[in-house]
Amino acid sequence: MTGVTSHRQRTVRRPELVGLGVLATVGVGLIAIAAEWITGVGATVIAIFLLAALVSVVWTAFVGGLDARRALAPYGLLKPGMLWLCLFFIAPLWSMLEMSLSSKKSRFDFLPSFTWEWGNFQKALTDFAPQFGRSFGYAAAATLLTLAIGYPIAYVIAFRGGRFRSLLLGLVAVPFFTSYLIRTIAWQSLLSDRGPIVGTIDKLGLNAPLEWLHIMNNGRLMNTPAAVIGGLTYNFLPFMILPIYVSLEKVDVKLVDAAMDLYSTVSQAFRRVVFPMSLPGVFAGSLLVFIPAAGDFVNAQFLGSPETTMIGNSIQNQFLVQLNYPLASAMSLVLMAVITASVLVYARFMGTEDIA
Amino acid sequence: MTAAQAPRQAMGRKIVNAIASLGMLYLFAPIVVIVLFSFNQPKGKFNIVWQGFTLDNWRRPFAVPELTDALLVSLKVAFFSTLIATILGTMIALALSRYKFRGNGAINLFLVLPLTSPEVVLGSSLATLFISRGVDFGYVTVVIAHVMFQVSFVAVTLRARIRGFDWTLEQAAMDLGASPQRAFWRITFPLILPGITAAALLSFALSIDDFIITFFNAGSLVTFPLQIFGASRVAIPPQINVLATMLLLGSVLLMVGGVILESRKQRKTLAVTKTRK
Repeated sequence: MTGVTSHRQRTVRRPELVGLGVLATVGVGLIAIAAEWITGVGATVIAIFLLAALVSVVWTAFVGGLDARRALAPYGLLKPGMLWLCLFFIAPLWSMLEMSLSSKKSRFDFLPSFTWEWGNFQKALTDFAPQFGRSFGYAAAATLLTLAIGYPIAYVIAFRGGRFRSLLLGLVAVPFFTSYLIRTIAWQSLLSDRGPIVGTIDKLGLNAPLEWLHIMNNGRLMNTPAAVIGGLTYNFLPFMILPIYVSLEKVDVKLVDAAMDLYSTVSQAFRRVVFPMSLPGVFAGSLLVFIPAAGDFVNAQFLGSPETTMIGNSIQNQFLVQLNYPLASAMSLVLMAVITASVLVYARFMGTEDIA
Repeated sequence: MTAAQAPRQAMGRKIVNAIASLGMLYLFAPIVVIVLFSFNQPKGKFNIVWQGFTLDNWRRPFAVPELTDALLVSLKVAFFSTLIATILGTMIALALSRYKFRGNGAINLFLVLPLTSPEVVLGSSLATLFISRGVDFGYVTVVIAHVMFQVSFVAVTLRARIRGFDWTLEQAAMDLGASPQRAFWRITFPLILPGITAAALLSFALSIDDFIITFFNAGSLVTFPLQIFGASRVAIPPQINVLATMLLLGSVLLMVGGVILESRKQRKTLAVTKTRK
């Protein structure tokens, strides 16, 4: 029995390499076919080759015995999901890259053709500079605001929640269960000219200072940059609270006691002990707020004005209304590039490399 | 602690508590508005300004047929996409937590990427692929799009849930003569099922609520959020609030039910371990 197994193991030396290799090959192959790097006969050949690769893995698992099967199992489990992502996440990015360098031959040409048209990027960066500026500015402001509001909430739940902890945490998640659009429309009611907030401000006579701070504009809260930032802050606040809570929950209260025993004040204990330990949560939360906020167009659409449009509005407009796919693709790619770059810089700055 | 510090500390405590309470108020103000406005009697077509209390909207929650149809479309899409995504995502989560293998880190990064890309980019790039390959937009493209972001979501949340899972239990079952398949379906699967259900429910909610990615890939298909968006320029009927409140109540009940079930199960296992001692 042992002799047979060792013989069989010799036939398949590194099953895990076979598994990884096949997963990668099939993934790249599928992207190649979907993105039409290869077409016609080539695609058929590749497809047959991919099928053969899959058969060879099954064969490896079959002849390789239990050990090989165990080494191959994770790749088998990963395959369907990963291939889905290759086909519908990576291949689309490629075809968007292709589209961003294409141009329409005439106005009535529905599908643009690839011509190394760098002008799309130039146009995206010059014509839409204000939208890009507003997107990143509003998203940064919303991130800071969610941090300022979300940190105390997470802190209170984690350290003062007591037996209501999970209830409070559940309450934080409740807004997720109503539609994003409907919540934003609800802000229209709250901020409207005859709504409760403007009414209270009028009664308290706070108009002048708020106008001075540029939060109000001619007695209105709606259609101002402040309304858009407020909407973004509101919609993404739970994304900041939950990761900070997760990292604060892990902080051992004894550490704070130890710091206090060593004559630190409460604020020192917070600054030197608790806050540094919650940084991974702050990091994750800021990414989870900044990224979707920078690409959002719903808040600007419902709460803003034509002077507060963000890059998401422009991409949506170019893509679905103007049908200018090349320009919309170039704008999307610039957005993605800037976000990726800032995430990398931020990760460097925060000293945490793993985002997950 | 010196005597002078104590009042300052109490102040600080109060300030933090006050900010947190105001923050919770901020979080809930629109929810209150949504529920409240489902009882509004709007003059004109826009249910934005409070006019007066009525139960009419709740008596006729399905009075706007386009809205009801759109909700049904959303539920159908969410059902299929969640089913596919839960199966694929669970397989990925199992592979990542059960086995140590080469390429683990790369796959982790790959999984997080769709969750950390802006939705406009995901939506417009997928639509670009469909357009340039001549695929017709409709049910299939929307389900494909939803599965794409749900797979990552299910895999990442489920992996976090089963991080501390004791895999030796499966080993024990196999030592007692169970086949690997039997050990998995009789031991592992029932134990991770609550995690799978939770991840599936959350991704179901993500699918129903998704607007931006769907907007790019729906073609003429109208889901619930798309119907609200399209109609919002012409009319905002109170039925939107009624249906939203129903969805909210339904999901809160599901969540509360899940919490109760889980705590009851925990109590049971606690009781078992206590008797064993």
